[in-house]
This record gives sequence, C-alpha cells and structure tokens, in this order.
Amino acid sequence: MLKTLGAQVKEFKTPSLLTPLFMILEVIMEMVIPLLMASIIDDGVEKGDMNHIFTVGIFMVIAAAFGLLFGVLGGRFGAKASTGFARNLRKSMFENIQTFSFANIDKYSTAGLVTRLTTDVTNLQNAYQMILRMFVRAPISLIVAMCMSFYISPRLASIYLVAVLILGSLLALIMTRTTKYFQQVFRKYDDLNASVQENVSAVRVVKAYVREDFEREKFKKASENVYRMFVKAEKTLSLNAPIMMTTVYSCILLISWIGAKMIVSDSLTTGELMSLLTYCMNILMSLMMLSMVFVMITMSYASGQRVAEVLNEKSSLTNPENPDYEVPDGSIEFRNVNFSYHAGSEEYVLSDINLSIRSGETIGIIGGTGSSKSTLISLISRLYDVSEGAVLVGGKDVRTYDLETLRNQVAVVLQKNVLFSGTILENLRWGNKEATEEECIRACKLACADEFVRQFPDGYNTYIEQGGSNVSGGQKQRLCIARALLKNPKVLILDDSTSAVDTATDARIRHAFREEIPGTTKLIITQRISSVMDADRILVLDEGRINGFDTHEHLLGNNAIYREVYESQVGAGGDFDEGGDN
Amino acid sequence: MAENAKPVRGPGGPGGRGRGPAPKVKNPVPLFMRLMRYILKYYRVQMIVVVVAIVASVLCNVQGTMFIQSLIDDYITPLLLSDNPDFSGLAAAILRVAGFYALGVVGSFTYNRIMVYVSQGTLKHFRDDLFEHMEGLPLKYFDTHAHGNIMSIYTNDTDTLRQMVSQSIPQLLNSGLTIVTVVVCMIYLSIPLTLLTLAMVGIMLFSSGKLAGQSGRYFLRQQISLADVNGNIEEMMEGQKVVKVFCHEEESVRKFNELNDILYDSADRANTFANILGPVNSQLGNLSYVLCAIVGGALALNGFGGFTLGSLASFLSFNKSFSQPINQISTQMNSIVMALAGAERIFGLLDEEPEVDDGCITLVNAETVDGELRETEKRTGRWAWRHPYPSRGTVEYIPMEGRVIFEHVNFGYDEKKRVLHDVSLYAEPGQKIAFVGSTGAGKTTITNLINRFYDIQEGTITYDGQDIKKIQKRDLRHSLGIVLQDTNLFTGTVRENIRYGRLDATDEEVIAAAKLANADGFIRRLPQGYDTVLTGNGANLSQGQRQLLAIARAAIADPPVLILDEATSSIDTRTEKIVQDGMDNLMRGRTTFVIAHRLSTVRNSDCIMVLELGRIIERGAHDQLIEQKGKYYQLYTGNFEETE
Repeated sequence: MLKTLGAQVKEFKTPSLLTPLFMILEVIMEMVIPLLMASIIDDGVEKGDMNHIFTVGIFMVIAAAFGLLFGVLGGRFGAKASTGFARNLRKSMFENIQTFSFANIDKYSTAGLVTRLTTDVTNLQNAYQMILRMFVRAPISLIVAMCMSFYISPRLASIYLVAVLILGSLLALIMTRTTKYFQQVFRKYDDLNASVQENVSAVRVVKAYVREDFEREKFKKASENVYRMFVKAEKTLSLNAPIMMTTVYSCILLISWIGAKMIVSDSLTTGELMSLLTYCMNILMSLMMLSMVFVMITMSYASGQRVAEVLNEKSSLTNPENPDYEVPDGSIEFRNVNFSYHAGSEEYVLSDINLSIRSGETIGIIGGTGSSKSTLISLISRLYDVSEGAVLVGGKDVRTYDLETLRNQVAVVLQKNVLFSGTILENLRWGNKEATEEECIRACKLACADEFVRQFPDGYNTYIEQGGSNVSGGQKQRLCIARALLKNPKVLILDDSTSAVDTATDARIRHAFREEIPGTTKLIITQRISSVMDADRILVLDEGRINGFDTHEHLLGNNAIYREVYESQVGAGGDFDEGGDN
Repeated sequence: MAENAKPVRGPGGPGGRGRGPAPKVKNPVPLFMRLMRYILKYYRVQMIVVVVAIVASVLCNVQGTMFIQSLIDDYITPLLLSDNPDFSGLAAAILRVAGFYALGVVGSFTYNRIMVYVSQGTLKHFRDDLFEHMEGLPLKYFDTHAHGNIMSIYTNDTDTLRQMVSQSIPQLLNSGLTIVTVVVCMIYLSIPLTLLTLAMVGIMLFSSGKLAGQSGRYFLRQQISLADVNGNIEEMMEGQKVVKVFCHEEESVRKFNELNDILYDSADRANTFANILGPVNSQLGNLSYVLCAIVGGALALNGFGGFTLGSLASFLSFNKSFSQPINQISTQMNSIVMALAGAERIFGLLDEEPEVDDGCITLVNAETVDGELRETEKRTGRWAWRHPYPSRGTVEYIPMEGRVIFEHVNFGYDEKKRVLHDVSLYAEPGQKIAFVGSTGAGKTTITNLINRFYDIQEGTITYDGQDIKKIQKRDLRHSLGIVLQDTNLFTGTVRENIRYGRLDATDEEVIAAAKLANADGFIRRLPQGYDTVLTGNGANLSQGQRQLLAIARAAIADPPVLILDEATSSIDTRTEKIVQDGMDNLMRGRTTFVIAHRLSTVRNSDCIMVLELGRIIERGAHDQLIEQKGKYYQLYTGNFEETE
C-alpha cells in the first residue's frame, strides 16, 4: 500500500523532501534560541553586562529570522507537497477508473468510488502533510532537546529519559485503547446517521402510519447508545492532559531540587537550569505531538488501503494486440456461449446460447427479471467477456476488434442510463463529437425527442442538470436513444429504453427505425409485448437459457411463456399508460 | 429549466466529515449566547464546576511559573552565597509547589472529565431534539429542503459543534485566564515592559488576522473548487458505464483534470497561508522576548524604579508563556466561527414550525350495545369517531365507514401556484375510485390531501360527514392505509417491517397479513424467513418483493380506507401478477383511492376520474367513459395502436 501511494508523489518529490528539511532547520533554530536565552540571563542579566545582552539579542533576532524563514518555507512546501499529492491521487484514481471494465465497476459501488475520490483523499492529504511536517519535526525536536539536555547535564537529562519512557508508554496505551473505541463508536455513529437518512427519505411512510413517536423512541435508544460509547472513548482520551501535566510538573520539581543542589555545588549554572526547564516542555510536547501523529496515521490507514485498492485495480478487459478496426456488417452470432459474472464460477447466468442474427434484422428480447436479457446484450459490445464460447459481430470474434471501434459500431442504450450536466447538444455529441446541429436534430427526430426539445425555451441549448433532473423519465430515455443513434452504429441495442415512454410514441420510434435506418441491426429488450410484436423475430429468455426464438405468430402458437406474457398484457393486465408525457 | 444553476448538494459527500464552505454568521453573539443557554439548561452545575476547575488549574500553573522565578532569586542565590547551605527551605518550597501542582492536575482532570459528559451530552441532546422536532415537521419542510442538506445538519454541523464544545470553549477559557493572570503578574513586575509586550502582542494579532483573512479567502475558493470536483466525481461515477459505452474516457479525464488542477491551486494557497501562521506568531514571540531582554536589561542596570535582574528573569519567563495562549485563541476563534455556522443551521431546524394537530375528533374502538354505538377498550374490528362537544358536555359517536367527499377543493403547494382546481368527488364506503391522467395532472396531490399531508386552501373534504380538519391527524392517518409507489422499508427484520403497520400485531397476524399480500411465499424462501434483516431500504430484495412487503404492511393496519399508488416501473409479468393479486386482496371491502397505471385496475373501478392540469375533466365507470369518446377513450385506445 505504501509503495502504491508513495508512487503518487511524482513531481512533488522535491517539496516532499524540502519540507522535512526546513522543519529540521526550524527545530534547530528553536533549540538554539533557548540556549541564547540562557546566555542572555546568565552572562547578560545576571552579570549586568548590557553589551552581552545586546550582542546575544542580535544573534537571537537573527536566529528568529532564520526560524521564521525556515518555518515559512516548511509551511509553503508542506502545503505544496500535500495538496499536490492529493491532486495526483485523485488524478491517478480517476484515470484508472476510466480504464475499468464493467466487471471492475461492478466490484465497487458508485458511492464507494465517490468516497475514495473525496473523503479518503482528503484524509490522506492531511496525513501526508502531518507526516512531512510533524512526523519528522517532533522526533527531531525531541532528540535535539534531549541531546542539548545531555550536553548541559547528563545527570539531570536522565530524568527526562525516564519521563519520556513513562509518558510514552502511557500515551501509547491510551491511544491504542481510544483508537479501538473510536473505530467502534464511529461505526455506530454512521448507523445512527443512516437511520436519520432512512427517516428523511421515508418521511411519508412514517407520517402515513403515524409512527413519529415510535421512530423517536427508536432514535433515542440508538442515540443514547452512541452517547455512551463516545463518553467511554473520550473518557480515556481525557486522561491525556492530566497525565501530561503530572509528568511535566514532576520533572520541573525534580530538576529544581537536584538542579539547585548542583548549582550550589557549582556543577551547574542558573542559566543552564533555565534552559533545561525549557527543554523539558519541548521534549514532552514533542512526545505528545508524536502520539497524535500516530493516531492520525492509524486513522487514515483505512483510507490509504481503500485508495490503493482502486489504484492497483487492473482492468479485466484489454484491447487485442493487433486489433481489427473495421466491423463489416451488423450480423451477430453467439456460439455455445456460457457466461458467469465471477470468473471460475460454475453457476452460469447464461448457458448454451446459440443464435444467429442477420444484419438489419429487428429482434425483440423478452423474459422475466433475472432471465439475463441485459447480460446477453452486454456481451455483444464486449462489456463483459464470455466465460466459454464466442460472440461474433460482422462474422468476427468481438475479442479481435479494437474496443473503441466495436463500441462505436454496436451502440447500447443502457437500462440505467444517465445524461450529464451540459446542454442537450453537448449531451448528444457524446455519440459523435463532430456531429453537426442538423445531424443532432435528425437523430432527435428519429427518437421522437425533437418535438419536446423544441418546446423548451432554449431548445437544443437547454441545460441539463446533473443526473438529468430537469427532464422527465420518458424525455431522458428518448434523448439517450438519440445520443446512441448519432454513432451511426451497425448494431443498435435498446435495453428497456422506452419503458417510461408512452406506447404511442414508442410505436412511432420503432416505425422511424424501420423506415430510416433499415440497415442497422436492432435489438430491443422490453417488458412490453406491444414493443416487440412487430419485430422480425423474438427471443424468449428464461433463467439464462433460450426458450424460444421465432416470429410473433409462431411463438404465440408454440411458446408457453410468450403466450402467458401476451395474454396478461393484451388481456386484462396491460398498462394504462400516461399518454401525456410529451 | 435552462438555468445553469448548480443542483443543491449536501456538503461533505457520503460519510464525509468534511467542512462546508467558509461560514458567514450574521449575529454571532446572540447565537453564541443561545448555544450557551442550551448547554447551561442541562449542565448548569457541571459548567460551574468546570469553570472553577479551570481557574484552579490555571492559577496553580501560574504558581508554578512564579516558583521558578523565585527558585533562583529566593533560594538558589542565597544558597550560593551562604557557606553552609541549608536546603530545608527549598525542600519546603518544593513541597508547597508540589501541592499546588497536584491541585492543578486534579483541576485539569476534573474539567477534562466533566467536559466529556457535557460535550457529548449536549450533542446527544441536540441530536435527540433535532430528530424529535424533525419527526413533527410537516411534509413541506422535506419537500423544500434537499435531503443531503438535512443530513449534513446531523453529521457535519454537530461534528463541528462537538469540537467547539469539547475543545474550543475550555481552551478559550484556559487561554483567556492564563493571559489575564500573566498580564497581572507582568504589570506587577514592570509596567513599561508590559506595555512593550502588549504592543508586540498587538502586532502578532494584527499579522495573524491578516494571514487568517488571506487564508480564509483561499479556503473559501478551495471549498468552491472542491464542491466542483466532488460534483464532477459524483456525476461521472454515476455515469461510468455510459462513459464506457460511448468510449468517452479521454474527454472525461480531461475535464476532471482541469477541475482537479484548479482545486490543487486553491488548496495549495489556502494551506500555505494556514501553515505560515504558526511560525510567524512564534518568531514574533521570540522577537518580543529579545526586545524585553534588551529594554529590561537597560532598565535593570540603570536601577530604574527598583527593577532588578531577578524580576527581569521572571518577566522574560512570563513573556515566553504569553505567545502560546495567544496562538491558541487565534486558532480556536476560527473553529468557533465554523461551529457557530453549524449551530445556526441546527437552531434553524429546531425553529421550524411543527405540524399542528388541532382536531378534536378521535378514533376509538367501538361495539354496539343495545343497538347503540359505544366506545370500548378492546379491539373489536369496528371503529367509531368520537366527537366531543365541550360546550354541551356531550360526546357523539359516529360509526366509521369510509365515506370520503371532496367539495370544490382548490389547492396549491405554495399560495401562488394552484395545482388543483375545483375538485369534487364522492367515495361511498367500499367503493374503488381510480385516478388516471398524465404526470403532473395532480393525481398524487389529491391523495396527499385526504390524509392531510397538506392542507387545502379552499373547499372542504369530509370523512364520514366530518370535516377532516376537525379530526386529529394521527387518528385520521391511522384510519387510512397507504401504499406508495416508491417503497420505503426500514432497517430491521422482515417481521418488524410488516409490523410497522400495527405495532401490537402478533406473529400470527404478521403472517396472515403477509399471506393476504401474497408475500408469505417469498419471505419463507429468504435465508432467515421472517427474521431476515433488511438493510439499505431492502436492497437485498427485488422491486416486486419490496412492494409486496409494503402491501403486507398496509394490510396489517387493516384500515377502512386505502390509498394505493400503483408502480409504473416495469417488473416482469409474473411478479407483477403476484403483486396485483396482493393489491386486489387488500382492496376488497375497503374504500380505495388508486392512482392507476394498469388496465385491470382501471376497468374494475367503480368510478374513474380523468385528471388533466389539476382538474377532473371526465368521470364515470369504464363503459360510460368509453362511450363518451373523450380523453379517457384516447388514453385507453392509445394503448393498442402499436400495429398502426
């Protein structure tokens, strides 16, 4: 993990090295200053030597100036290194995600990826800055102060050594315990927030069943629980300050006592004693800082792992070595295809698929949920690779084509489709960057989208909000179809893409396809029997197997599943659609 | 709809404990006072103890510093001068200081420990109050506030508040007290040097204010670019599969990199200024030390005003302990402002007007004794409306039958824009009323008025002859079953989810309801049957299964009136048949309002209301409407014109 993350420092290696360097220099200045202070008191104030005060004072001002310079530079480079590191992390993750295949995407949830790119990166940025600035600074400060103390008086300095050991182990104990507690409590805390979220989105149910008081009680219990755990964790943490104080005070008193004796016996000067007392704070504060850095690092450890996981993920689909850049025609063939989402699993979601579709045919695909309709069509544009057998487009195995060529020639309108923030034209041009406005309008006319786009005040320049929230479901679907049409594909696949479009418009779209793009092979997945009745042939899928593949008339005669679906819809159970969705 | 407005987004993103944009609080002082009042309401005694403990701890600490000064002047120097050093005086002094220190440690322990309870307890009270209050808010609140923003009150805002209560306030108290005592001691030692030190402090405050201002500007810019980057990330991750299908990877990387570089730039600047603050302050502190040493030295050597070298040493030590609390205050002020912005949003939610429930008619179990309707404790399966007349001191019982009448109802979600115009309709007990029409015609709005999710502006709605405004909302809603199109389930077992409809239902009744809803079959096939735990709105169930559970939930409540919103989304035919049968079972014998999408439902209805733009344009039974050849006929036949 560290190697993966470390590799992302890239062009920010120099600031990453300069930051600790300047921090060390700053620490040295900070250490020199107490020595100068001691000298001001010992040789200046005590002896009444104004000249000495003045000279050393100037030295101290110079030291302070350098300290400022180093501190500022350390801060500057620290900021550059850590924000740059975060930038590289985001960039590399985002770029790697773009290479992901569908199988890779399935592995992570959308929310999971978003968290990794946002919260986790922020955590790592803070941790990295902490490491560069504090992780070096604190131990150095500790060591330098320790050395100085030993230089002044080994006997007194050994008191610090003991104190450091005691305080260090106590802090370590507290920190390990609280980290554990906090991990538990944050999990519970997230649960609590999840339940608030649930209540906010289900507010209608809560109100309809008059369950406000019930939910309040439930929440109170959970919140009481979180409170208890937080108190337990923070109680342990609150020992930090008193323990720290006890140690510091004990040191001060011990040093004062022993130091006084040493001064009297002439083995120590008063100025040295003052310096030693200053170092006492330095040493113990550094230790405190160090323990905090450790907590921070352990807390961001999980973030680091999650980010590294995405960075190390390799796409499961790769372009062939000598790819084919030409798809001859829109014919499709499945040869003994078996498919499973998990490599090595014997439980196929598609089994023994053999079928052959001629270029230009219109094929309807029908079947219950879980019959693997979407899976079947995703093999055609090689969104997934088959487990066994082969899928051929234009007579050639899909695995021999250049991926981009294949996907441009086989256009899929996904079931879960999205528009992106931007104008309608920009969205349409996803299909073809160079498409002229006329071409876009023609595609929209084919998809019956032109009629409503024109009614918008800004027409084709209407801005689509994120997630397409300002167009209706049916409008969105039609725009998605138009976008796919702009590819001028040899194969067009609609995966339940007109479910929110009323039946009349649906029929007009199919009619337009038949008239305007007769040469394109069209595959239409649907729940609506009326959408496929006029197809050349209809494929009936049942639990991942082909149950029937024939014309409407033949299937009505000899396919039980098809007949059942037909009767339930054209008989009593059909849709009463909202016709006004235009 | 063509405005380039950015969609509302909760800050922080999923699970994010990030910070919102740099806050602007209008009235920080009253807000702060209100917050303190809130804390003191629950923790008055504790807070007093905390303040006492902090004062004790600070004073003891200053005692210690004073001791170090006197260590040299009063003990070591005399000892050096005496030929026969006697350490007993020093020992006594050290013991005395040790006593003070011990007291200081006890004080520190006490206030740290108590603050744990105060800060966590305050947060708990805030959370409980927020939730308690939120549950009572009208639906309008949830309609007009993005859910992400509501959530961020619970997460981000309470988190910043925790920091403030548990750290900032005690540290501010601590630092403030330290400064005051140190200044007092300094004045005691030398007034001119104190003035010098204070002047330096002024410079420190000025420069850190400048730097903080710069840093704040860039932090604001960073927050804006961060929001852009996060928005882009959310959008692209959501549409990742579409990006793949359109081979749009390069473009999306290019766009992301642009935004990412802008973020890097502003983050770099913001952090730089924040990082510089520390060194600038501490070196200014050192400068102040040197100046005091030189000026003080000159003063002492000239014997000015009895200022000795010993007092100079003490003064320098105070000077040194001055910069740390100043630093503390400047950082803590920042986080207090941040927390106050959060507190403002928290109080904002707490100040929202809750839903009012001023009805006097309640729903009671009823039985007929001697031909007369009487109230009873036990569950009889029959209900009556209890209408008290306080003026006359009498109570009237009206049998609950489920007759719902709309008369000339006008309604709009806000005053300006009316969505329903002059809607009148009559539903007799047991009748099935279907609403059809296009999206936005007002079908859902009508059903939302019956259970008073919203109140009508004009006209009346009566329920068994009683104006629904006079019926207590909770009882009104108890008498109405509702199955929404978007099924919401809760985290918990399947059994608990069904029992949500009626909390005192027995296990047998749960199973009976599930059977009625046709859900029993699939529930038994789940790994733990009725005890299977559902999470994330039933993410482990299919759409159809979720709907079946919602039907069972309504069934167990056994309400006389039902409101059903049929699902439009396509589930496969077989599941749909099962769901449909479940719904049909549920509707039997109940007055039902159904927002219909399916032919069978519409055809079997007693009365069909065709809505368009908030008006009922046609009404009647299926056959009548077909004969009219109006909008209904169009809708109905449109369904079969696919063969052209």
